[in-house]
Amino acid sequence: MYGLAFPKCPLPIPNSRRKVIQMPMEPMIGLEVHAQLNTESKMFCSCSTKFGAEPNSNVCPTCLGLPGSLPVPNRRAVEYVIRTGAALNCQTAARCRFARKNYFYPDLAKNFQISQYDEPLTHDGYIDLDVDGEQVRIRIRRAHLEEDTGKNIHLATGSSLVEYNRSGIPLMEIVTEPDFTTAEQCREYLTQLRLILRCIGVSNANMEEGAMRAEPTVNLVDRETGEATPKVEIKNLNSIRAVYQAVSYEIERQRRAVAEGREDELFQQTRRWDEDKGVTVLMRRKETSDDYMYFPEPDLVPLEPEPEWVEEIYASCPELPAERRERFCTEYDLPRYDAEVLTESRQLADYFEETCKRFEGSAKMVSNWLMGDVMSLLNEAGITIDQSPISCEMLAELLRLIKEDVISGKIAKDVLATMFETGRSAAEIVEEEGLEQISDTGALESVIDEVIEENPGPVEDVRAGKDKAIGFLVGQVMRKTQGQANPQMVNEMLREKLT
Amino acid sequence: MADVSREVVEHVAMLARLQLTEDESDRLQKELGRILEYADKLQAIDTDEVEGTSHVIPMTNVYREDQVGVSLDVEEVVANAPDAAEDFFRVPRIVEE
Ligand SMILES: [Zn+2]
Repeated sequence: MYGLAFPKCPLPIPNSRRKVIQMPMEPMIGLEVHAQLNTESKMFCSCSTKFGAEPNSNVCPTCLGLPGSLPVPNRRAVEYVIRTGAALNCQTAARCRFARKNYFYPDLAKNFQISQYDEPLTHDGYIDLDVDGEQVRIRIRRAHLEEDTGKNIHLATGSSLVEYNRSGIPLMEIVTEPDFTTAEQCREYLTQLRLILRCIGVSNANMEEGAMRAEPTVNLVDRETGEATPKVEIKNLNSIRAVYQAVSYEIERQRRAVAEGREDELFQQTRRWDEDKGVTVLMRRKETSDDYMYFPEPDLVPLEPEPEWVEEIYASCPELPAERRERFCTEYDLPRYDAEVLTESRQLADYFEETCKRFEGSAKMVSNWLMGDVMSLLNEAGITIDQSPISCEMLAELLRLIKEDVISGKIAKDVLATMFETGRSAAEIVEEEGLEQISDTGALESVIDEVIEENPGPVEDVRAGKDKAIGFLVGQVMRKTQGQANPQMVNEMLREKLT
Repeated sequence: MADVSREVVEHVAMLARLQLTEDESDRLQKELGRILEYADKLQAIDTDEVEGTSHVIPMTNVYREDQVGVSLDVEEVVANAPDAAEDFFRVPRIVEE
């Protein structure tokens, strides 16, 4: 018979082997994430998914649920869920169906949401996390496809306004098994999931904009007896930080209620995170499980993703951010911090690697310039690396000029800014503006002699063995040459002359 | 006759957001019983070897490409709405779930 509940999952294997003595009850947390997919058109109709359009301007008979309209699934949305399944080590179903989830709420005009129930598109995967040095595997129960709902605006006058631009935007639901035992693990999961969804290009996964939403379910369980507190669902979380704080709060709230024997506070419920007060607040009791009267969507035929197509999607799954971060550490010998920042965006990581390929020098130097000066120019202009007027070839050339002592690092900063502004190459700018470093002993000699003559005090200090004073003299030479002298050469020549 | 309890009638009515009088509940209790009796006859057939059917047409993989088409004008969108205000549908205040 249709409509059986999901099979009960076995208790997860505890992630940490440590013995809990004072706190026999361990948190058991599951996360449900909704992510809007990056398609041009909606899930079941051709309305645009563009954000910020005029109210009810991206709406048609299908997403409005008018009688006689028929949904047709967006192939790209199906592909994106399979791609996500591939990235999360899930299996893709050979055959699956859509289901109607029935409920009364005007955020969907049809009075039901097209979702998936007992036949998700992808299922049974996992993600490995590195949480403060500890390896944790979180099982993914399913990643399925559904449609987003419209938006309500509640008026003070006692009525509500509804608009359906968001209604029907493809939405992916990713459900984990309740394998998390700490708020830190939840935070790392969401951080990695967001990076993955962006890396594989299926969602911008921005929680602040509502493109990604997370709902944790938290309770405590005694692993030995199997005894557990009732499950609590938390809503209204608009950032990863909020999830972290709300889960931490909820674990403590339940622990205290258990420790102090306040059983009346422990019941199945939905709570809301109050960002300002930093607490979870009771929204409603859940006496019965929700009855959405799921049944197979009769307007949609089953999906049987062609095996070749699925294989192709799995085969083209790119290197994921966590893997890439580890590789950057070993292959390029980068500090973990650098590797983390560079792999936060696939474009930035690609740019880094492409530049390294073109530059015969240290990867750390590429990383420093990329994370420092290049990023600050991009941030100032409010653009991303793939929109940068400086190609990786251009950056590699600039770095070569520094490495070969043609220009100093200080001058290079100005050259970079000019490159950014004009799109001209480093060599061109250096030549036209005569910025080459003076490494010619003859040219430097006269300037150095001048500086020695003008600064008898510091010169005496250097002769007396006060090494600090040499820095001052080098600075003077740099000033006279507008920063174009090779500071190392100046240093050496000064020492030779004064000792 | 298949037995349908009063609780089931009330639960189904609640799910459908129907407010039933005592008389209506009485009548529906009997009628639902007869409907389920018919379903019982179907349940008695051995269907172990039969794949569940959700769709009567033997068809799979009907897709559309991800292309934006024309949406309705907003006047048309709200044309059938019992109440509208400034391009929005207006509904009685919704209690936040
Ligand atoms: Zn539409």
